[in-house]
Amino acid sequence: MKTTITVNGQARTLDADPRTILLDALRETLRLTGTKKGCDHGQCGACTVLVNGVRINSCLSLLAMHDGDEVTTIEGVGALDNLAPIQKAFLREDAFQCGYCTPGQICSALGMLKEVAENWPSQETVDLTGPIRLTDNELRERMSGNLCRCSAYPQIVAAIRSVVEAAP
Amino acid sequence: MRPFTYERAATAAGAVSSAAATPGARFIAGGTNLLDLMKLDIEHPPHLIDIGRLPLARLEDTADGGLRIGAMATNSQVAADVRVRSRYRVLTQAIVAGGSGQLRNKATTGGNLMQRTRCAYFYDTTKPCNKRQPGAGCAALEGLNRNSAIFGASRACVATHPSDMAVAMAALDATVETLTPSGQARAFPLAELHRSPGETPDVETDLARGELITAVVLPPPPAGGQLYRKVRDRASYSAGLVSVAVVGGQIALGAVAHKPWRAERAESALARGSTAEEAIDKELAHASANGQNAFKIDLLRGLIPAVLAEAQRGVQ
Repeated sequence: MKTTITVNGQARTLDADPRTILLDALRETLRLTGTKKGCDHGQCGACTVLVNGVRINSCLSLLAMHDGDEVTTIEGVGALDNLAPIQKAFLREDAFQCGYCTPGQICSALGMLKEVAENWPSQETVDLTGPIRLTDNELRERMSGNLCRCSAYPQIVAAIRSVVEAAP
Repeated sequence: MRPFTYERAATAAGAVSSAAATPGARFIAGGTNLLDLMKLDIEHPPHLIDIGRLPLARLEDTADGGLRIGAMATNSQVAADVRVRSRYRVLTQAIVAGGSGQLRNKATTGGNLMQRTRCAYFYDTTKPCNKRQPGAGCAALEGLNRNSAIFGASRACVATHPSDMAVAMAALDATVETLTPSGQARAFPLAELHRSPGETPDVETDLARGELITAVVLPPPPAGGQLYRKVRDRASYSAGLVSVAVVGGQIALGAVAHKPWRAERAESALARGSTAEEAIDKELAHASANGQNAFKIDLLRGLIPAVLAEAQRGVQ
């Protein structure tokens, strides 16, 4: 069946089996291998991409469910010669070792910061009716869907925080 | 995954008539539970009906001061809604205690209610499970059963319903609205949606084949405090060992039964003037453990009075 998605600003039409998972379409068909397959069951977050600006696990979604959607992968976040601030922050803060979870961490962080900007609550939010204060506990809680087996968590928190603090 | 056909429903009426006409067809919206189970070959529907874009994602005030939550509203959307946060805070607290940010962005209200009950042996296709294969037996009875049910279980099944959201909705006395296969709208208490396992643990709800949840309606919030508390092995992104939702004098428990468990015996004892501790004992007298899950009973004995007290704090 035919599905058209816009990936990193470019419309792509794929003719694929209904079973095709969004993650596999990105990696195997479109050869955008920046998005990683970790657990393939929504437990690790390595496959996180932004769909219409919202972070999701691309391993738990059918390509067919995304006809007409806009998908942003790590390849659309920045370019090698023009890294996004969050990418520069991960380099500066040494926020990874093996790097396998990093594309998911970065896409998740971008989605998470948008959720904070829209004042979405988390379980660390004490005052549900006031503005969100992005404490380190808030930040860790909001990023709990992304595992890092190298355990670079303190540096990941520092990298994301540095982007928040640099924002105007 | 096994092959299946896929269609996107244009209307709710079209979705239910297609589901009723196609044996084994399943609705899909967020897909976070169904696709996981399909990858594991636990679910293998021959046909998927994508209902994710049906116009059922709105939250709207009801005439009596309650709130209607469309079945396609995502968990994130519901938790962030200002009306939910201010008037039904127990629901926001429950939703943000479940899953991860990515999952809550995808999971829908209807799908959360319809997620399968959870047990390690339901997921382990090398072991017998009456839920997966009726009549096969239950490996959890003598196996690793730390997470098993303590209320309303049977010899056939000790699995628990994993939802946090549904526990808060049960405490809030929510109503479920559906569209039946014949196109009729139907409404019934959320407490009547899920079944206890009995001899047929493979049947988890009382919905007819093809019946579609269209909304969950919350009545006006009752007087008194609201609080959701979840106890688990990790601080985040982990299923509950037990959870408690308190709404005034209404108490629902999570991860202890095949469905969100309203602690009605405790509620009526409280209403008659019993202390929290006495009231909880009335409920726990009907709990039964089948091994490693015995700790859940002790845990609830301490937890429920603490949550009741904290919910009331600052209300008077």
